[in-house]
Amino acid sequence: MDVAIVGVGLHPFGRFAGVSGIEMGAVAIRRALADAGVEWRDIQFAFGGSYEVDNPDAVVALMGLTGIPFTDVYNGCATAASALTLAANAIRLGDHDLGIAVGMDKHLPGAFSADPRQYACPSWYGELGHFVTTKFFGMKINKYMHDHGISQSTLAKVAAKNYRNGARNPNAFRRKPLSEEEILGSPVLNYPLTQYMFCSPDEGAAAVVLCRAEDARRYSDTPVYLRASTVRTRRLGAFEVHSPWLPIEETVGPTVDASRAAFEMAGIGPEDVDVIQLQDTDAGAEVIHLAENGFCADGDQEALVADGALEIDGSRPVNTDGGLIANGEPIGASGLRQVHEVVRQLRGQGDDRQVPGAPKVGYTQLYGAPGTAGVSILSV
Amino acid sequence: MVRTPVAEGIFTWPAEEPQLIGSRCTACGIVTFPTQESCPRCAATGMTDQVLARRGRLWAWTTQNFPPPSPPYAGPTGDAFEPYGVGYVELPDEVKVETRLTDADPEALTAGMEMELVVVPFRTDDEGNEVMTFAFRPVG
Repeated sequence: MDVAIVGVGLHPFGRFAGVSGIEMGAVAIRRALADAGVEWRDIQFAFGGSYEVDNPDAVVALMGLTGIPFTDVYNGCATAASALTLAANAIRLGDHDLGIAVGMDKHLPGAFSADPRQYACPSWYGELGHFVTTKFFGMKINKYMHDHGISQSTLAKVAAKNYRNGARNPNAFRRKPLSEEEILGSPVLNYPLTQYMFCSPDEGAAAVVLCRAEDARRYSDTPVYLRASTVRTRRLGAFEVHSPWLPIEETVGPTVDASRAAFEMAGIGPEDVDVIQLQDTDAGAEVIHLAENGFCADGDQEALVADGALEIDGSRPVNTDGGLIANGEPIGASGLRQVHEVVRQLRGQGDDRQVPGAPKVGYTQLYGAPGTAGVSILSV
Repeated sequence: MVRTPVAEGIFTWPAEEPQLIGSRCTACGIVTFPTQESCPRCAATGMTDQVLARRGRLWAWTTQNFPPPSPPYAGPTGDAFEPYGVGYVELPDEVKVETRLTDADPEALTAGMEMELVVVPFRTDDEGNEVMTFAFRPVG
């Protein structure tokens, strides 16, 4: 059974004093319902993702107590991908015809923190300062640049592109363009990454209405089909965040596994994709993920970025809404924000950040602690 | 001042030439750090302690230029914070260990350079003890 997306909705990403995560979730749901032209009472099931909100299903108090099965999901940075995958599977299995996936979060400022023992790491690992995700991203891109000849100015160009795209996106957190010089001149947090190359945890919500593909035209003149949705975790030998040790043997990361599985499921390849959303926790992550998802060979990013290939009007438009760098990362909502942008682009509703040439296939990828990745492929 | 290790059982201490303490799987031979009770590769439960090589090569590295979120970080913050290097050192035929580096200057660090284990002061605890940690420094 194929699955279609017939409604998307977003609560803007940023900082919203006095607005709870649940309230943002309700806003996103109402916008997605309006987009699909359905009512809350039509929704037969829901999956809700969040890190900070213990019970995303409490949003029914604001939406209506209709008694539907509503399952809460938390799966690290792949939370939204997991909610989307589970919602799609509920339709594929024939359990339901129409449902919703929603993500919401409201983080404090600053780098994420937790008890390392919750991640199967020893206490001393945190005591020494190793339990911080940003330094993993610093190490990964520093090694990648050394191995594949990527320059720090390429990282600055990627970040500048995402701020520029964010300036065209009314829902983005950071809407001020920053020059390469400003980005390179901001304080180094984890060499070679500077402050303005990183995204920030923030607040926001996103929702997606899904239905059986054969019913899609009932709700939308421009349905978008979910061709694949996958989640994978790290295998032994992958270079992953929060690892006190790594084996001598090396293998690819979970993004590569999730990406290959998704392309196989969709029956298409990276060359067929017209608009791309990648996890840009930092500018280096976008560079690495471009290759890990099959959109170029390792090292080709240097020339691709210099040639403007990742720009909205380039050959491989990446993070057209500004990505995580401009939108921040409310963990539960981040992946559904990516789907929201791809759906808008495929419908031709990208406004002044519309990818030219009527894009037909879109792609989203999430990655994060403790070594989890999610990919989705969508098409008109 | 009393010197105390940041945790028991992760490096030999006191010792003239301290070594990290890891595990080797008696079934498949994989080496882990620190010790663990079952094998992450073959899931066997027969792990034996193994002291690890004191020298290896820098595999990946960065610098930590801001104090990590506390807790869990327990080291110096505010004006007392000093940036430090962090990386993975590959111990030949054993394991790559994540470690502090004695150098925080990007000009002084290169992937592939030879490194050796040292034990260095990390912080002073509430009882006035000097808490010691393992770290790696460039050789030569």
